[in-house]
Amino acid sequence: MKIHLNGETVITQHRDLATLVAALGHDADKVATAVDGFFVARQARAETALKENCSIDVLAPMEGG
Amino acid sequence: MSLKLYDENFNSRFLIGTAQYPSPASLLEAIAASDAEIVTLSLRREAGKEQAGQQFWSLIKQLGVRLLPNTAGCSTVKEAVATAHMARELFATPWIKLEVIGENDTLQPDVFALVEAARILCAEGFEVFPYTTDDLVVADKLVAAGCQVLMPWGAPIGSGRGLNNPFALKALRAHFPHTTLIVDAGIGLPSQASQAMELGYDAILLNTAVAKAGDPVAMARAFNFAIRAGRSAFQAGPMEPRDMAYPSTPVVGSPFWHNGNA
Repeated sequence: MKIHLNGETVITQHRDLATLVAALGHDADKVATAVDGFFVARQARAETALKENCSIDVLAPMEGG
Repeated sequence: MSLKLYDENFNSRFLIGTAQYPSPASLLEAIAASDAEIVTLSLRREAGKEQAGQQFWSLIKQLGVRLLPNTAGCSTVKEAVATAHMARELFATPWIKLEVIGENDTLQPDVFALVEAARILCAEGFEVFPYTTDDLVVADKLVAAGCQVLMPWGAPIGSGRGLNNPFALKALRAHFPHTTLIVDAGIGLPSQASQAMELGYDAILLNTAVAKAGDPVAMARAFNFAIRAGRSAFQAGPMEPRDMAYPSTPVVGSPFWHNGNA
């Protein structure tokens, strides 16, 4: 399935957001996620199915002013 | 009296950003020198296996300070609201520095989107710190939306121009005597921060002026002193300016050379 991950187009076999986040090597508690621009809470990732052409954002803390 | 932000009190009136420092060590030293108890930070896409975000997160945790996440880079209500939700989960705080940028050259806030996003987030229990202009009507609408803190700009972000419109900032202070007002953005020098505090502002939030200084640690210390000095001056009740000279030395009992007929 083709998805857009953090702005880049990638092919994935993962079916849900929790599995994708784990496969990317992230600690589930240390990133925040959104699908198609809408926040997906940590507890809801496992039941959030990935769909063809969906946009996934995986965010982490970063410096800011 | 301490700085009140929603229901919490702080001793320092200096809020400082965490970006653009020459090194992680200078970031830590500068923040320590600033005496700031609150730092701003952001959220970005975590790219690659190096997990830069997690390294930064570990660094910030060493400071033991209160975190004020922002929605920098957002230009729509949808983006800002989603980012706020992500920040609340990641940093476990209801605080959000709400930025909705409307124009890329000046980084001027889109105040219409800002008010709408503030209304949504306040209704959801967020404690919103809106980055806004010095427009009084916009400020009124933000307060009506539930914001207990307002953060008008002094000048465009990163410009270091100081207070572009002291009159408007003074009017805001007069109009909102009980709302916490923080000048956010545009401050370049400690004297400008002191000027804002002398107007009665409650605190200063800045980043670039410290991070891009030749010696960020010394500049953080200088801002710390200036903000304290400005606050003390405001509390002391400054004199009113006068048009004409007035002798500071008493004229009663002046010696013979003032008689004019010697």
